[in-house]
Amino acid sequence: MGSFHSRSEEVQELADKTGFTSDQIEHLHRRFKQLSGDQPTICRENFDNIPDLELNPIRSKIIRAFFDKRNLRQAPGGLADEINFEDFLTIMSYFRPIEMDMDEEQLDRFRKEKLKFLFHMYDSDHDGKITLQEYRKVVEELLSGNPHLEKESARSIADGAMMEAASICVGQMEPDQVYEGITFEDFLKIWQGIDIETKMHVRFLNMETIPHCH
Amino acid sequence: MQAKGFGGASSFRALPFLFGVAALLGLLPLLHSHGLQPNPMLASEPPHLYPPGVHGGKPGVVTSPPPENVQDTPPQYKQPSNQSKPTRKAFPVLGIDYTHVRTPFEISLWILLACLMKLGFHVIPSVSNIVPESCLLIVFTENLGTILIFAVVGTLWNAFFLGGLMYGVCQIKGTGLNEIGLLDNLLFGSIISAVDPVAVLAVFEEIHINELLHILVFGESLLNDAVTVVLYHLFEEFATFPRVTFTDILLGFLSFFVVSLGGVFVGVVYGVIAAFTSRFTSHIRVIEPLFVFLYSYMAYLSAELFHLSGIMALIASGVVMRPYVEANISHKSHTTIKYFLKMWSSISETLIFIFLGVSTVAGDHRWNWTFVISTLLFCLIARVLGVLGLTWFINKFRIVKLTPKDQFIIAYGGLRGAIAFSLGYLLDKSHSMREMFLTAIITVIFFTVFVQGMTIRPLVDLLAVKKKQETKRSINEEIHTQFLDHLLTGIEDICGHYGHHHWKDKLNRFNKKYVKKCLIAGERSKEPQLIAFYHKMEMKQAIELVESGGMGKIPSAVSTVSMQNINPKTLPVDRILPALSKDKEEEIRKILRNNLQKTRQRLRSYNRHTLVADPYEEAWNQMLLRRQKVRQLEQKMNNFLTVPAHRLDSPTISRARIGSDPLAYEPKSDSGNLPIITIDPASPQSPESVDLVNEELKEMKRFPPSPEEEEEEEGLVMRASKEPSSPGTDDVFTPGAGDSPSNQRMLRCLSDPGPRPDPEEGEPFIPKGN
Repeated sequence: MGSFHSRSEEVQELADKTGFTSDQIEHLHRRFKQLSGDQPTICRENFDNIPDLELNPIRSKIIRAFFDKRNLRQAPGGLADEINFEDFLTIMSYFRPIEMDMDEEQLDRFRKEKLKFLFHMYDSDHDGKITLQEYRKVVEELLSGNPHLEKESARSIADGAMMEAASICVGQMEPDQVYEGITFEDFLKIWQGIDIETKMHVRFLNMETIPHCH
Repeated sequence: MQAKGFGGASSFRALPFLFGVAALLGLLPLLHSHGLQPNPMLASEPPHLYPPGVHGGKPGVVTSPPPENVQDTPPQYKQPSNQSKPTRKAFPVLGIDYTHVRTPFEISLWILLACLMKLGFHVIPSVSNIVPESCLLIVFTENLGTILIFAVVGTLWNAFFLGGLMYGVCQIKGTGLNEIGLLDNLLFGSIISAVDPVAVLAVFEEIHINELLHILVFGESLLNDAVTVVLYHLFEEFATFPRVTFTDILLGFLSFFVVSLGGVFVGVVYGVIAAFTSRFTSHIRVIEPLFVFLYSYMAYLSAELFHLSGIMALIASGVVMRPYVEANISHKSHTTIKYFLKMWSSISETLIFIFLGVSTVAGDHRWNWTFVISTLLFCLIARVLGVLGLTWFINKFRIVKLTPKDQFIIAYGGLRGAIAFSLGYLLDKSHSMREMFLTAIITVIFFTVFVQGMTIRPLVDLLAVKKKQETKRSINEEIHTQFLDHLLTGIEDICGHYGHHHWKDKLNRFNKKYVKKCLIAGERSKEPQLIAFYHKMEMKQAIELVESGGMGKIPSAVSTVSMQNINPKTLPVDRILPALSKDKEEEIRKILRNNLQKTRQRLRSYNRHTLVADPYEEAWNQMLLRRQKVRQLEQKMNNFLTVPAHRLDSPTISRARIGSDPLAYEPKSDSGNLPIITIDPASPQSPESVDLVNEELKEMKRFPPSPEEEEEEEGLVMRASKEPSSPGTDDVFTPGAGDSPSNQRMLRCLSDPGPRPDPEEGEPFIPKGN
């Protein structure tokens, strides 16, 4: 956001689009500027400045999610090279907590959006389903914090999980049937028991303290 | 699920109490008379059958008369002396001496009676698996703020509201209560206001309400102990002061923090010591449960010693020691601790309520209608108002708001119990209002436990409150939950928001880096949570299969999905490469047959020398039998993958091992004496061997030209059709799907200490994990 002459209007526009309040937008904007070094856009390298993120095992997936065009609602696939503030807000809006005044339909839509975000993180080749390879990669990354672990452990766990998913989604399978991968509908089925709308949120309420990133 | 007989299982819990009271009414005269004539009666009956000085614990009874009594004096013996010579006492072969065992006998009898009542009315609930307990802890930590507010502010509100209103009532002329001062009333208020954990647990366990509500009320009842202790002592002390100054109040406020935080601190210290001790108990497994019990009890006593909150110390020590001790102790100790605690808690609960009943019936009472009725009324009102007010406040900060239904359950579930009674009982005997207080306390307890306790269940059903979900946690859920955790932590870091996830992550990291190394023995500290969870799940499913009487019956949970369904590259061989020439095939077959025979021979020789020759190795036999069973169930589990065992197996694996105690089943590296049993194909006479060889052949065909595809072959290759191949073989060497790498790995994981040291069959394909 270059010049702020019609700032409040822009803020209002963004608020309507993403659902944040203007306070939260201001705050996120400050954070955005910190990350980008006062540039209008962020590229991947900017995320390297966050020290705490280094320790996160799924770091690369998280960063990728920011640039995923599907999350940015720009295209059905592909990655962007850089994102501006509006895109940043769009990604952040996936993590808004639910509000009391939402009705059933809104809640359902909200939930689906969050799950879609997660789905895109798993499905790295943008083909619309999570294949065994992708799942294996996910588990490997999750366990990457332990250098002592053999690769096979991760693989076996992923295989076991995949088979469980297959049995949940398809049920009994003949030996010659092949389960291609977890589609989004199957993904929804797996997540049925867990209420993600209450879990997948970040509290944007009190964010006065902004740590300085180097 | 429960025997829905006569209007709610929660009523049944009160029934043993009722029976206990009724029965004790009958016992009362006996107790009384017994109390009146202790010594002379007992001294006149020397315990002939037992050495002098040893008796059943009756205090105050004179030690039995010297042994010469037995020979010399003509007896006033109770037992019929059916020996022939009346002038000389014959050796008493059989006798009765009830007084000797009277006390423990009666106590045991009453406990037994109460337990039988419980048995009669209860359906024993299914054994909960490991996961819900940890779920409850997670729910607890997430809702800690709410719980603390309810516990502290709620109890304070109850105490002061009740005390104040009672003081008002006491001021009314004509009630006969005018002499009760404000401080007395406040003291009474503080005694009666605390929600009781025992009562809550007893009732809420029956109604299977959703975890959130359960933990809110239960957590509140546990944590309000600190408040109760402080208020009680405060008002007791203040009653002796001529004037209460502001400083005193301030000190009281301060003492609250000291009591609660001090209690937690004591608990943490004991928890850490217990965890540290458990690190070294790998050689003496039998005393592990003792350590856990003793350290916990010591934590409680130490806290009570300093007038700190004993309950909080107990909770803190339990919470701190649990993850580390669980990782260190053996499977048997774990089971022992679990069941002992359940048993003791059951007994204690029964005894508490019996004590309450006896005191009701046999104690001095002073009944004052006004006092009792107004106490009851104000208790209810205070609770409702408190919950409503606090929920309104708390809901501003909660993501998952508490609905009015939830609020009703929380308010209705505020049961009073034995803690209130004990505090009243402990009042100084000279306190003028003691009897009246006790009467009122007992009435309130009766009312809340009976009326509220019994009706809460139908109300829960009526209001359609969300019940506990009985779903088992799947591996998918575990993966997703962890993924989500990391994702949220990452987002919080990006936002720059030091939230809940950030601190949790930091704590975990600190725990992993420093604490686990100190408190957990050996290599187990490095096992990540996902792997541990996976092991646990596998073991549980394996055990379930075995226990369900395995052979031929596949539980419905196990589906027929196998590796082929998800990884098509492991599908049949025909498309992969051209057939080998005939003589090459023959050659391969010959090699295989030789190898298989060699294995059999080796194993047979092992048999001769160890199993038969040494009849005292019963344990080994047991182990072999179990392995055989496991092997048989492997045939059934064609879709279970296993994680190759880490060098030193995780505690979950070693717990599932049989010889976890005396036959310390430590994985040894490469000792040739180790009885490593591998799956051995059937003897050449059986028709299956040919199939097996073909199977091997197919696998062999697959391997040579595709080393890069080796990566893909690592899944299990057993097919569904092979399953019923070994119906009832008693042979340890059950026919399997051949000595493929997958079987090796499965073996390793399930029981074996490691791969065979003998590099023979199909070596190049087995990635050496040792």
